[in-house]
Amino acid sequence: MALSNDEVLAGLAEIVAEETGIDAADVQLDKSFTDDLDIDSLSMMTIVTLAEEKFDVRIPDEEVKNLVTVGDAVSYIAGAQA
Amino acid sequence: MSATIKIQRGAEFTRILGLGVARGELAVTNDEIAGPIDSSDEWIRSRTGIVTRVRAVPETGVIDLAEKAARQAIENAGIDASQIDAILLSTITYPHLAAAGAPVIADRLGLTVPAHDIRAACAGYCYGIGQADAMVRAGSAQYVLVIGAEKLSDFIDPTDRSISFLLGDGAGAVVVGPSDFPGIGPTVAGTDGSGAPLVAESNTWLDIRDDPSLPFPTLRQEGPSVFKWASFKLAPVAREAIERAGLTPEDIDAFIPHQANIRIIEQMVKQIGLPESVIIAKDIVDSGNTSAASIPLATERLYRDGLVKSGDIALQIGFGAGLAYAAQVIVLP
Repeated sequence: MALSNDEVLAGLAEIVAEETGIDAADVQLDKSFTDDLDIDSLSMMTIVTLAEEKFDVRIPDEEVKNLVTVGDAVSYIAGAQA
Repeated sequence: MSATIKIQRGAEFTRILGLGVARGELAVTNDEIAGPIDSSDEWIRSRTGIVTRVRAVPETGVIDLAEKAARQAIENAGIDASQIDAILLSTITYPHLAAAGAPVIADRLGLTVPAHDIRAACAGYCYGIGQADAMVRAGSAQYVLVIGAEKLSDFIDPTDRSISFLLGDGAGAVVVGPSDFPGIGPTVAGTDGSGAPLVAESNTWLDIRDDPSLPFPTLRQEGPSVFKWASFKLAPVAREAIERAGLTPEDIDAFIPHQANIRIIEQMVKQIGLPESVIIAKDIVDSGNTSAASIPLATERLYRDGLVKSGDIALQIGFGAGLAYAAQVIVLP
């Protein structure tokens, strides 16, 4: 069964926290991965890969540049699950 | 069928008998190259781990680096150059279209043995070890000289933010020969040609023929995509190399991956599940990414730092443009 957006956000926040050390509570929908969370392109690829495994979805490399905010990623993952 | 063809057989076991290296003469700092890519020492260190990359002076060519490493490897193997039966040179920077570089090295060593180039980029050294191992066991050669040599600085663009700032020059060579114990495990290798555009030159020779205004071709990569592939897709390859050698990760003394990026190396260690006791080669910090030369250069560095000794078991894995990859477990010479 597909997860809700809140569940995806919680799971994504866990991944971001583990990869970067950022407090999971700071991983909010309106935060930009690069500008707000200071996540570089390589860490972003790690987060994407771990998210693919956790949520059993595929996020093509060319799609990653469109995932500007945490909300973009949550929407993409939730949509890919459906 | 009236007659039977006689076949030859070689040694039961092989090992690496000696290692030699040559590094570029110049240690180029991040500050020296940061300007044209609007970057900084801190940015380069945090994304790559590189503090300096070694680069050769203009007068030193890729064959010069290869020859120096080769002579040292032959000496350390305790054999005479005349005993070398075959030469495998892995390089992407020998700047000739027709002839390979390996015959030129053979000639410099006074040899006329079979010699050809391997075109598997950063995986080429491990491809060479696998092929040399097979040749010696099959009896087509007794001593094979395997060389990884690159002068990547001939093919960089100082304004390129994707790969040029990583690259260095150097060569590493080994002699593979017969052994009374197994010194080279099965090679696990493969390719993913769908990823060929991820590491490539800016323009092909035909592009330039058709539009002479195009600049000289230099290397480019899709960094994040290559990072994702190398960091996450190759751990099963490394684990298979360990398993096919009949070992477990706990048996590995040193992990010597292609020195592409410290972040890839660290993620690979995590993904493979190597114990903390394993020594991790990080020559990239001082030498940069030297493509086919990086694994033997990193191996030499481990000896020099006193972190490994002869007889230790090392897992090595090369990966890069192609996309191509190869891994094997070896006993260090």
